[in-house]
Amino acid sequence: MVGADPARPVVNARTVVLGRLRRALQPGVVPEPIVRAYRQAGPSPPGAPALLDRLQARLLDLGAGVRRTAPDTVAEVIAALLAARGATTVVVPAGLPRTFVPGAVVDAADRPAPTLDQVDLVVTGCAVAIAETGTLVLDGSPDQGRRALTLVPDWHIAVVAAARVVETLPEAIARLDPTRPLTFISGPSATSDIEFRRVEGVHGPRTLDVILVTTGG
Amino acid sequence: MSAGGPAGRSGAHGPLRGREPFPDAARRALADTQLRQNLARATRTIRARRAEVVGEVPDWEALREAGRAIRAEATQRLPELLETLEAQVVARGGTVHWARDAAEATRVVVNCVQATGAREVLKVKSMTTQEIGLNTALERAGIRPVETDLAELIVQLAGDTPSHIVVPAIHRNREEIRQLFRQHLPEAPAALGDDPQELAAVARRHLRQKFLRAPVAISGVNFAVAETGTLVVVESEGNGRMCLTLPSTLVTVMGIEKVIPRWRDLDVLLQLLPRSATGERMNPYTSMWTGVTPGDGPQTFHLVLVDGGRSRALADPIGREALRCIRCSACLNVCPVFERVGGHAYGSVYPGPIGAILTPQLTGRPGDRVTGSLPFASTLCGACLDACPVLIDIPQLLVHLRGVARAGARQGRRPPSPSTLAMGAAAWVMADGSRLGWAGRAARLGRRLPAAGLPPLARWLRTRDLPTPPPETFRAWWARTRRGRS
Repeated sequence: MVGADPARPVVNARTVVLGRLRRALQPGVVPEPIVRAYRQAGPSPPGAPALLDRLQARLLDLGAGVRRTAPDTVAEVIAALLAARGATTVVVPAGLPRTFVPGAVVDAADRPAPTLDQVDLVVTGCAVAIAETGTLVLDGSPDQGRRALTLVPDWHIAVVAAARVVETLPEAIARLDPTRPLTFISGPSATSDIEFRRVEGVHGPRTLDVILVTTGG
Repeated sequence: MSAGGPAGRSGAHGPLRGREPFPDAARRALADTQLRQNLARATRTIRARRAEVVGEVPDWEALREAGRAIRAEATQRLPELLETLEAQVVARGGTVHWARDAAEATRVVVNCVQATGAREVLKVKSMTTQEIGLNTALERAGIRPVETDLAELIVQLAGDTPSHIVVPAIHRNREEIRQLFRQHLPEAPAALGDDPQELAAVARRHLRQKFLRAPVAISGVNFAVAETGTLVVVESEGNGRMCLTLPSTLVTVMGIEKVIPRWRDLDVLLQLLPRSATGERMNPYTSMWTGVTPGDGPQTFHLVLVDGGRSRALADPIGREALRCIRCSACLNVCPVFERVGGHAYGSVYPGPIGAILTPQLTGRPGDRVTGSLPFASTLCGACLDACPVLIDIPQLLVHLRGVARAGARQGRRPPSPSTLAMGAAAWVMADGSRLGWAGRAARLGRRLPAAGLPPLARWLRTRDLPTPPPETFRAWWARTRRGRS
C-alpha cells in the first residue's frame, strides 16, 4: 500500500472503513447459498451447426459482417474482404497463422500503440464466442494480441474456430481465465446516448467482420 | 457541495443534495414541456427494448433470484470480500487506496494524478466519481478532466449534471446537442446536422487524439470480483476500452459495495445488467482486467475504495438492501414519477426510485428537508420492484425511509428507534387520505410476496400470523360500489 498523502496515511482509512463495516454487520450471520437454477449451458455442444447459425444471425443483427469458410480457405476469404474495401495496411498478432494474411505487419511489443491508428485493418483469432448474444471474447492469447491491437484500427476481422462457439454466457465464463485481460465484443462500437437511438461506430472499430471456420466445410 | 466535502453534510447543495426539496423541484420540472417530451420518448424506447430482450430469456426469474442472492451475500460479507479483493489486486501489481468519504477519495485521486505530472485526464463514465464531485476537485488542483462517454461529454459541455444513471443526457434532444457541439467542439463542421450518427462522429473526431496521447485515465467499475481481483467495466462506445488500455496510468474509483464474491457470479450479473440497462442482449464492449498485465495496458494501476456513507447504510438491516443495486436504471425507466419530472428534480446524481432510497442513506441526513424529501417522491406503485434485476424491494425501502425521515426531522440527529420509525411511517400514511389509499394498494401488492419480504417484522412474525390483506381494500370497494353517488 502506498500512502499518497504522508500527513494522513491511507492505511488509517482502511482500518476505519473496515471497522465501520464490521460493526454494521451482526456477527454470525451466514449468507444463504446461491441457488444457480439458471441455465449453465445450452442444449447444443460447442460448435454445433445450430449454434453457428445463431451466432451468425446475432452478429448480423448487431451490424457485423459474417463469412463462413473451411480452414484451408481462410486466407482467400480475407483477401477478398481486403480487396473489396481497398485496405492496404494490415497488422496481425504474432501468434496468428502467417498464411492468413501474407504480407501483414506483425505487431511488436515495442510498437507504440498510437501508431496503430495508421493501420487500416487488424486480423486476430478469438478465445470464445457466445451464440446467444453474438459476443466474441478476446483474452490476449498470442493469436489475439494486446488489447490496443483490436481497438485502435478502424476495422477488425476476427477468425473464429467453430469449436470455440458456445451457446450461453455461463459456458464462456467457465472457459475463461480471469487473470488475463479480457474484452467482450458484441458488434461494432455503438451508442444510444442521443434520444436512445442506437448509432453504430463511435470509438472502437467501426467495422467488424467475423470469419467462422467450420471443419465440416 | 463545497470542494469535495462530505456530500450533503453542510446543508449546501452538491452531487447528492439539490437546492430544494423534491416537491418544489418537481413542480418546476413539470412545467418544462420540452423536458417531458424528451423523457417520455426516451423512456418509452428503453422500456420496449428491455421488455423484448427480457421476455426472450427463459430463465430470467432464476437469474434474478441468483442475482439477488449474490448481491445479498456481497453486502453480508463486505469487509472480508474487500480484503480479499485488495490482496488479489496488490498481488497482481496494483495499488489499493481506501477512502472514508468523498473528500478523502478525491484527495487520493488528485494525488495519484499529480504523481504523473499530467494536466489533463480522460474519464470513463462513472457514477461514483460524479457522487464524490471528482471533476470539481480535479479542476481545483489545476487538472482538466475530459469526459469521454458521449452523454457525459454532453453534460460536461452544457455545464449540466447527469439526469439518469445510464443515459445521463436523456433530458437533452438532438437539436440541443447539435447546438452544444457547434458551440464547444472545434471539430464540429459549420453545417453540422442533428442526425445522431453525425453527432457521434464529431465526438469521435474530438476525442481520438486525446485517447492516443493521454497519460492518465480515471474509471469507475461495474463489478469487482473478490476471489480473483478482476475488475469489470461494461460500456458501449469503446471510450472505456480506450481509457482502460492506452494510458500508462489508470485510476479506478469504486464504491465498496460493487464487490462480488466470485468469478462465476458474472454468469448471472453480466446477463442481468445489459438487458435491464439498455435493453441489449449484451452491451457492445465489456473490459476485464486484473492488476497490471506486462506489455498490455496501463503499467501503473490504482484502485480507490470509497465508503462514502455505504457503511452507514449497511448498519440499517432494512436500508442495506439498497446496496445490492447494480446501477442498471431499470427502475428509473419504469417509474411514473421519474418519467414526468426527470432526474434533476431529485437533486442527486442518483435519481429515480433507487436514488430516492440510496441518496438519503449515503448522505446520512435522513431528516434533511432536501434529501429527506426523496423517499416521498413515489406513488408506491411497485413498478420498480417488478423491474429490478436483483429484486430490491424499493417500495418497502421507500416506506421505511419515510419513517426515518419523519423521525430524523423530529429528533434532530438522534438515531430513531425501530418503533419510532414504524409509528412515524404509519403516522405519515394515515395523516392523508390519498396516502392511506396507496398504502392499502401496496399492502395488497404485498399479498404476492413472501413474509420474508418484511425483515423489520420478521422476528415479530415468527410467533404471529400476518393477516392477509383482502384482495380489494375497503376504499377501493367503496369507490367501485358508490361511484357517482357521492
